[in-house]
Amino acid sequence: MKFNAVLDIQLHPGIADPQGSTIERALPTLGFEGISKVRSGKSIHLEIEAADYAAAEAQLSDVCDKFLTNPVIEGATINLVEAG
Amino acid sequence: MPAKVGVIRFPGTNCEFDTVEAINGLGGNGEILWHGDSSIGDVDAVIVPGGFAHGDYLRPGAIARFSKIMDAVIEAANDGMPVVGICNGFQVLTEAGLLPGALQKNAGLKFINAPQTLRVETTNSVFTSAAEVGQELSIPINHFEGNYTCSPDTLSELKANDQIVLTYVGNPNGSVGDIAGVCNEARNVVGLMPHPERASHKLLGSEDGNVLMRSLLASIAVSA
Repeated sequence: MKFNAVLDIQLHPGIADPQGSTIERALPTLGFEGISKVRSGKSIHLEIEAADYAAAEAQLSDVCDKFLTNPVIEGATINLVEAG
Repeated sequence: MPAKVGVIRFPGTNCEFDTVEAINGLGGNGEILWHGDSSIGDVDAVIVPGGFAHGDYLRPGAIARFSKIMDAVIEAANDGMPVVGICNGFQVLTEAGLLPGALQKNAGLKFINAPQTLRVETTNSVFTSAAEVGQELSIPINHFEGNYTCSPDTLSELKANDQIVLTYVGNPNGSVGDIAGVCNEARNVVGLMPHPERASHKLLGSEDGNVLMRSLLASIAVSA
């Protein structure tokens, strides 16, 4: 089975996010009010071939732990949809 | 025989020749190692130098740590060989799990290239043994992702084990505990963001980096 995956990589809560805080500070200067708790990360989109949903999820979780994130500071949320 | 120091070259490394020059200027024998080789040959120590290995894609060091030569470096480090990571090399060693913590974007989001005053926090490491505790060194930094980050638990362990090797006087990048360099528990692996090879001659504005390079050469003499 083929799946489309979106990996949402974010810094762990509590880890300082200089990019997020800079964005947050810039917003009011541009006239955008009421926005807080800005956190920035990255998203990686990919296709994966696997036996089933669980297998795809397990493999991506492994890839995230070993390569796509630095577990010291980051974690990933895996969003999987079967490719139609 | 002069101490042989292997300096690893990845695609995108740009400080390897400066590092070899600094080592050779102190009587050592610097030798470039290629990242795609599976052996580090007969070197007595390894330096992972500064630059932008593999373009810093994904995260600095994230791809370089999977280079063929890194298996040999990790094995040698675990056997007690002195291994030093400078700037990008520090990032590579944290990604490889040889050093605790991680380096993320500077607070302030500026690439900083400037002389920086450092304080030697311990002389119990392969890169500071010839220095003195409390000694201040002027050595340039040149990075965007040098903001040392670790969990509060790790920070307590670093302090308890005397693993903080160098700190910044006037924190330039937001690093926790003003940390500029750390070592592993065995004290043979050291990583630091500042560039000692760029402070290796009066013509460069400072020769304060030499005490660190001399420490490395001395540690080889001791372990040989």
